[in-house]
Amino acid sequence: MNQWQNFTKGFIKENAVFVLLLGLCPTLAVTSSAINGLGMGLATTFVLVASNMVVTSVKSFIPDKVRIPSFIVIIASFVTIVELVMQAYTPTLFDTLGIFIPLIVVNCLVLGRAEGFASKQSFLSSMIDGLGMGLGFTFALTLLGSVREMLGNGSIFDVKFATGDAILIFILQPGAFIVLGYLIALINKLRKTT
Amino acid sequence: MEYFGIIIGAIFVSNIVLAQFLGICPFLGVSGKVSTSVGMSGAVLFVMTLATLVTWLVYVYVLVPFGITFLQTISFILVIAALVQMVEIILKKVSPPLYQALGIFLPLITTNCAVLGVALLTQSKNYDLLQAMVFAIANAIGFGLAMILFSGLREHLNLMMVPKGMRGVPIALVTAGILAMAFMGFAGMV
Repeated sequence: MNQWQNFTKGFIKENAVFVLLLGLCPTLAVTSSAINGLGMGLATTFVLVASNMVVTSVKSFIPDKVRIPSFIVIIASFVTIVELVMQAYTPTLFDTLGIFIPLIVVNCLVLGRAEGFASKQSFLSSMIDGLGMGLGFTFALTLLGSVREMLGNGSIFDVKFATGDAILIFILQPGAFIVLGYLIALINKLRKTT
Repeated sequence: MEYFGIIIGAIFVSNIVLAQFLGICPFLGVSGKVSTSVGMSGAVLFVMTLATLVTWLVYVYVLVPFGITFLQTISFILVIAALVQMVEIILKKVSPPLYQALGIFLPLITTNCAVLGVALLTQSKNYDLLQAMVFAIANAIGFGLAMILFSGLREHLNLMMVPKGMRGVPIALVTAGILAMAFMGFAGMV
């Protein structure tokens, strides 16, 4: 597999949310608007790229038995960095995303890539894999957030395009499940036809 | 009355799965059968209560006195990971039947964001120890309730004629959405 395929697989073919069904908690919780989805996605991408790079660099020093706890500590360190940086520079976004920033630690996507990919592959492949999977995750969150914001608030990225009553249920909790369900069905259909 | 409010709030009004979106992985992953859901809920009840107790103690007696509360994420996840390992080893030795029932679910719980989520929520709400325990147990019951209701629905879904493209995960998510809508009816109760 060349590096370009390695990079692009995260978008549709092995998309974390739509195909692998990883990291669904933040996906459902923070996507009440497109901008929140984008912010969460980028925060996760940073953690993913950084932890993949570190894990692949130290993989030969870590005994096999304490592999998973070590990966968790590496990931948690980067999550703490993201937490402190976001608190300082984007306090409003930090407040909206709330508890889901520290919860990036237990996002199965991040640990899954560290264990399943970075612990076996070279430095460059791991970095590109982290970037591709992270941006694919960001894409999924932004798409879900855009659809929910359009239906539930009549706007996209806070730009209002429709007046009158929107279908409020889509930015409330049930809308998250329902929109994601239909998006997964749609992506499955698209993957089969291409 | 105060504890009653915490209990009703955690189980129904802001249900951990359907309103707060914590623990979605096991909620979708192991909800195929009612019996496995019951096992998973039992394991979560056990670990969530213990984890909240230990993380509360760590926060108040270690992190706050030393002024290192920014390390909360790292220390909590380490405590939870170690705790799950320990519970697994102890259960294996002390109560083999319980280990048989909960064993396969325990390793999954470390990455269950509901456990870390409740530990973090407890701190952000500034609960004292007793309130924290009540909050943890109520949340675990709320998790179990959502999980068991959902697996009952999924067992029925298997017998239904679902359009081809919607089979499996998509229809499960739409069903969860409708269940979440039902739970919204509790809003404003507390």
